[in-house]
Amino acid sequence: MTGPAATNGNDAGESGTEPDHRLPARAGLTSAQLSSMLTDMIMIREIENEVERLYSRGLVRGSTHLCQGQEAVAVGACRALRAGDTMTCTYRGHGAVLALGAAPEKVLGEILGKEMGLCRGLGGSMHLADVERGAMGAFAIVGAHLPIAAGLAWGHQLRGSAEVSLTFFGDGSTNIGGFHEAMNLASVWRLPVVFVCENNLYGEYTPIAVTTPVERLADRARAYRMHSVQVDGNDVRAVYDICADAVDRARQGAGPTFVEALTYRQRGHSRSDPGTYRPAQEVEQWLARDPIDLFGAALVAERVVPPEWPDSERQRIIGVVRQMSEEVVAAPEPKTVPAPFEGVLA
Amino acid sequence: MSTAGRSWTYRDAIRSALADEMRSDPAVLLLGEDVAAAGGVFKVTNGLLEEFGPVRVRDTPISEQAIIGGAMGAAMLGWKPVAEIMFADFAGVAYDQIANQLAKHSFLTGMQVSMPVTIRLANGAGLGFAGQHSQAVENWFIGEPGLKICVPSFAADAYTLLRQAIQDPSPVLFFEHKGLYPRRDDEGLPAVAGPHGAVVVRPGGDVTIVATQAALRCVVEARPELERLGVDAEIIDLRWLRPLDIDAVLKSVVKTSRLLCVQEGEAMGGWGEHVVTEVVRSGFGYLDAPPTLLASPSVPLPYAGGLEKRWMPSAEKVVTAVQALVQW
Repeated sequence: MTGPAATNGNDAGESGTEPDHRLPARAGLTSAQLSSMLTDMIMIREIENEVERLYSRGLVRGSTHLCQGQEAVAVGACRALRAGDTMTCTYRGHGAVLALGAAPEKVLGEILGKEMGLCRGLGGSMHLADVERGAMGAFAIVGAHLPIAAGLAWGHQLRGSAEVSLTFFGDGSTNIGGFHEAMNLASVWRLPVVFVCENNLYGEYTPIAVTTPVERLADRARAYRMHSVQVDGNDVRAVYDICADAVDRARQGAGPTFVEALTYRQRGHSRSDPGTYRPAQEVEQWLARDPIDLFGAALVAERVVPPEWPDSERQRIIGVVRQMSEEVVAAPEPKTVPAPFEGVLA
Repeated sequence: MSTAGRSWTYRDAIRSALADEMRSDPAVLLLGEDVAAAGGVFKVTNGLLEEFGPVRVRDTPISEQAIIGGAMGAAMLGWKPVAEIMFADFAGVAYDQIANQLAKHSFLTGMQVSMPVTIRLANGAGLGFAGQHSQAVENWFIGEPGLKICVPSFAADAYTLLRQAIQDPSPVLFFEHKGLYPRRDDEGLPAVAGPHGAVVVRPGGDVTIVATQAALRCVVEARPELERLGVDAEIIDLRWLRPLDIDAVLKSVVKTSRLLCVQEGEAMGGWGEHVVTEVVRSGFGYLDAPPTLLASPSVPLPYAGGLEKRWMPSAEKVVTAVQALVQW
């Protein structure tokens, strides 16, 4: 790893009393902010676990793409955004949309195809959007949203408002044409966009080495003279630091940044994939670096939260999600398809 | 602005529509390959950079996906981008952006966003550009809910309908037939109509002829010969393929009992087949002859001049097809 992230990637759990040595501008996260980041990560995890249970009960239609293990990327990056900024993500986007503040019951409602879902039951698991909060869409064609994220950044730039477009995508997206068109346009137009690549080592079922000739995906940004940085994607504070820096650069007119967050998909690609092609040792190693466990232990070690708090918070959230899930399962499905542009908000 | 009676070219009308929209609405933007400094390869956007500046009139890389995605992103923030696809054939490069993203995003979000994107595409054959720069590609998109498709045939319509398209909250594919760019509305035709639906270009009682763009001009050219042969043809310009004004066609067929569709491009999967199907389904009892679709042969567009001419619709082919219909 290179850049600032290399110095603050994995040390959080080992140095409880050590002063925070992250980028000075980022050092000011309060205890309340830190603990709420952990809460958000646990909420994403438990929503995903609940979706998995609902899927096995036959209540989720089609497929669903879970993000257990990648929560630190979603939460760290979205915390770097503010009202007015926009975010786009992929079909593996439940976490990103939740991290931006979407109501969990509406997320679950959309995944179950309910009228009360975020998108009125028209989009489903792969298409979560909460435009009021800046979540402009989750896109189900790999890489297709990257030109659109550049377009959002262009829209922000035209407003002259210092707003930023941040977009999540997987390692597999860096091999599709739209990625390269978007990177090129973003750089040549100096657009305020942050490309957050969630490198979880597999493009669907295939390991990255089989499909991609570069090990360090951040290197691809060099071809577009774009600032890039690699970060430990399982360290939520490291992701936050790097993304906040990238967002600041974009706000100040310094153009786009490519962030490669190294992380791991704890489940298979989709619900039809048990992920058996992955070496057991690799899975074990990454499970041992679970982002929620790491961050919880760090906050305890730093005395930000009491020792029992991470577990009790998880139990509390499990209760909330179970209760919510029962209500959402019972909620009605949409009865009609709305006319085009009926009830358009923006 | 009234457009009635103007003797301007199709190209001038489109340029004027863009300029007038940009003057009246600061949210309107232009982007595309060579649209700014070069004024467009067909010179449609000539002079707009000078008047509106490089922020609103923007040259892009040769990146059709980025052009459409860029327009789409900006539209979600309230801008009204007009994206140019230099030759309509290049829309294939951005097919996903148009058919999967642009067409469906409003719907998939539960109508949380509108999508006021206009895509201008230089369409159609007749100028010797061969098989990848000459296709009439509107039929690639005809089965995509979420898109509107506009196919203006006359300068006055091009002006009115482009302004309408730019202000539409849904995405509009605005096909400009490149063979029409230098043409004027000099046939003494009705100069302007409303923004929606098909129009009857010429009323008649013997046969309904439905066409668009360059093919429609062939039909208009064929009309004197048809009159000489004693056939009183009613000519309908569809103007929009999505939504398609089938009621206007049915109303005419009730009167004439005969239908000819004239379509540039091959028959299979095109709007002409849809019109024939709908007329058979809803107007079967009124028909005195099988509906006919005059389309291009099922081969890629050939380069050689004589072959391209034979591939295109023509006034002569229209006359032959009408004669067969009325003699059936």
